[in-house]
Amino acid sequence: MNFINYQINGCFDEFFNSAGIPRHAALPLIEKINSLPIHALKQYQNAANLILERLGITFGVYTHKDSPEKIFPFDIIPRIIAADEWQQLELGLKQRITALNLFLQDIYSEEKIIKDKIIPQELIYSASAYRPFLKGFVPPGNIWIHITGTDLVRDKQGTFYVLEDNLRCPSGISYVLDNRAILKRIFPDMFGTMQVSNVNNYCEKLYNNLRNLKTTANKSKNIVLLTPGIYNSAYFEHCFLAKQMGIELVEGKDLKIIDGKVMMSTTHGFEPVDVIYRRIDDDFLDPQVFRKDSLLGVPGLMDCYVNGQVAIANAPGCGVADDKAVYAYVPQIIKYYLDEDPILPNVPTYLCHDPQQLNYVLDNLEQLVVKSVNLAGGYGMLIGCQSTAAERQQFAMAIKANPRNYIAQPIIDLSCAPTIIDHQLQPRHVDLRPYILFGEDVFVLPGGLTRVALVKDSLVVNSSQGGGSKDTWVLKD
Amino acid sequence: MLSRVAQNIYWLSRYLERADNLARFTQVHMQLMLDAPKFNKESTWLGFITILGDEEHFQRYYNFYNEQNVIEFISLDRNNPNSILSCIRAARENAKLCRDTITSEMWECINDAYLFVIKSKRARSHFNSYHFYDRIKQSSNLFIGLAHATMSRNEAWHFSRMGRVIERADKTSRILDLPSYHDTPYEALQWSAILKSISAFEMYLKLYHSVKHRDVVDFLLFDPSFPRSIFWCITRIKESLLAINKDSPSIKEMDDILTFLDSITTENVLGLDAHHFFDEIQLLLNNVDNAISQEFFRVC
Repeated sequence: MNFINYQINGCFDEFFNSAGIPRHAALPLIEKINSLPIHALKQYQNAANLILERLGITFGVYTHKDSPEKIFPFDIIPRIIAADEWQQLELGLKQRITALNLFLQDIYSEEKIIKDKIIPQELIYSASAYRPFLKGFVPPGNIWIHITGTDLVRDKQGTFYVLEDNLRCPSGISYVLDNRAILKRIFPDMFGTMQVSNVNNYCEKLYNNLRNLKTTANKSKNIVLLTPGIYNSAYFEHCFLAKQMGIELVEGKDLKIIDGKVMMSTTHGFEPVDVIYRRIDDDFLDPQVFRKDSLLGVPGLMDCYVNGQVAIANAPGCGVADDKAVYAYVPQIIKYYLDEDPILPNVPTYLCHDPQQLNYVLDNLEQLVVKSVNLAGGYGMLIGCQSTAAERQQFAMAIKANPRNYIAQPIIDLSCAPTIIDHQLQPRHVDLRPYILFGEDVFVLPGGLTRVALVKDSLVVNSSQGGGSKDTWVLKD
Repeated sequence: MLSRVAQNIYWLSRYLERADNLARFTQVHMQLMLDAPKFNKESTWLGFITILGDEEHFQRYYNFYNEQNVIEFISLDRNNPNSILSCIRAARENAKLCRDTITSEMWECINDAYLFVIKSKRARSHFNSYHFYDRIKQSSNLFIGLAHATMSRNEAWHFSRMGRVIERADKTSRILDLPSYHDTPYEALQWSAILKSISAFEMYLKLYHSVKHRDVVDFLLFDPSFPRSIFWCITRIKESLLAINKDSPSIKEMDDILTFLDSITTENVLGLDAHHFFDEIQLLLNNVDNAISQEFFRVC
């Protein structure tokens, strides 16, 4: 198995140009793979699969009692990004996250961007993730989005677009770090030859950012990671991160508010908690303020938060910034706060709550991807060219019933990367999720999660729907 | 450490030790059956299940006390909460919940054991009982070795040790509670098999030189340096409790057992009410377990 019979399929291929010539950045790897004995690559992939199973690197689909959780499929052929390409991405992401943080500061305080009529007030107020409870509150360092995972896609011309931001509880970093570790075991000599950027300082940076969050309590830090528990699909990642940072992994039931402070139940009684890295959605954080039926959160937590007794990352209320309808305004947001044009373009987006755009969308469903503004994981989505007339009709009804809830985008022929399919290398669609940490500086990890749609021609890359992952190599100059 | 996580690591270790002891226990019996064909097989298997306290459960699903049924019941029966499969699965569930506290190698060890048991269940027709029990013992030993070599002697380590030795003391008391074939040619046979199954044979011989029921009981009840003796286990529990909390109220329960052990001799135990003594030990160990739960595993 190698590249000798590799067929590109008309999309932008990450490894080969349209004439079938290897791209400069990928050439050393292509030559290396072509020089391997014929079964070697498959053997390496099998070895990687075994490691994954033994390590229990899973994502939960907690179903049948005796079957282990599903292993998140990992393809050992990395996706490669040239140094100059990455430079643009890094600048663009820093710009975007800086602007989004300023946006959040503003809409929870003076709302200047609304007063200046850049974004309609109803759009913000009707966002399901907008939390009026937090109006007027200034989080430590005025940082709202400590961790972001922004999804990027590439079109047929090779241009990168931002597909969406994920800044509530973005996941996937554990796969990035584990994939890298596995590849180092399998392709050790490639790393030196190709000068791949290191990703191993992510947890250290994150830990330092969390430690630096000052509250009025201002004592020495007990930092915890709040998880919904083992039934959450990202539980493995929660454990991984807690371990890598040496912090306690807690569930809501381990915490209690005593005298206005957050305390955790230990073998020596209650101990104070100063910083919470939460992997629970706002809705479930505090039954006294948000969803009353939540058993995952801590009653009274939000009171402690607004009184400055505990810091929470990512800040509750930040979800407005990744509402898919607000996404369409990000270019204007960047312009408004930074007086710059966006370095990374948005995918053109139609907002269904606008009557003109709604009509366009309904008339052109077959050429569009329609998404519900608040769902994730590839659910609540219609891919026009791959749908039946009945499905389109159903979606049309849903859109008309609740237009604010839907956006539409042209179908992008995502770029492809060579992937091991049975005993051949075949192109499969990929996207890219880099991770950005906001602390004293805005740090973009040089790498990220490349998700691959393993099903031929599928454009859905999410893990919960048959996707897999690849390591991402960002080359140094 | 978090109360909840302390509980998880305690039970992880208990379940793993339970699986290990089940494997050893079953191997003894299979050995005995081979060496002493004159034993009434059916009643011996019944006795075996009775000592484990599982007769009711067994009778619900099986009609006959024979080797095939007993092995299935002990090793792979999902309906038996005390089968090796159930114990390994429970160990893994607990390991998942405290995965951030145990080292990665320890997690992999448990995960491997679990995958092995599941695969054994699926490939039922190829089941080799000796290989299976050996593999379970190996996993347990590996886990203990890893805890020993890769974990700081922190609270987590102590809770793990406590869970393990409480379970071990309990199971050793059950092994000692087997009816003995005194002064018969089978006495040495029986007790050698038991010693070998708990890897105690060679250490025992260094001290006692020949295998007699009385001396085996003496060794496994009172020896201060053999890691499977009940006295050794109790001492370790107390040690760990003091390391976690030197003013622990659970020390009282510990001292109760130590006082009890002080008050009896091997001759007492071998008397007509041997069973009563082992019952009492199991009861006192239960009290310790309760005390530990009350003191450390309180939920919010």
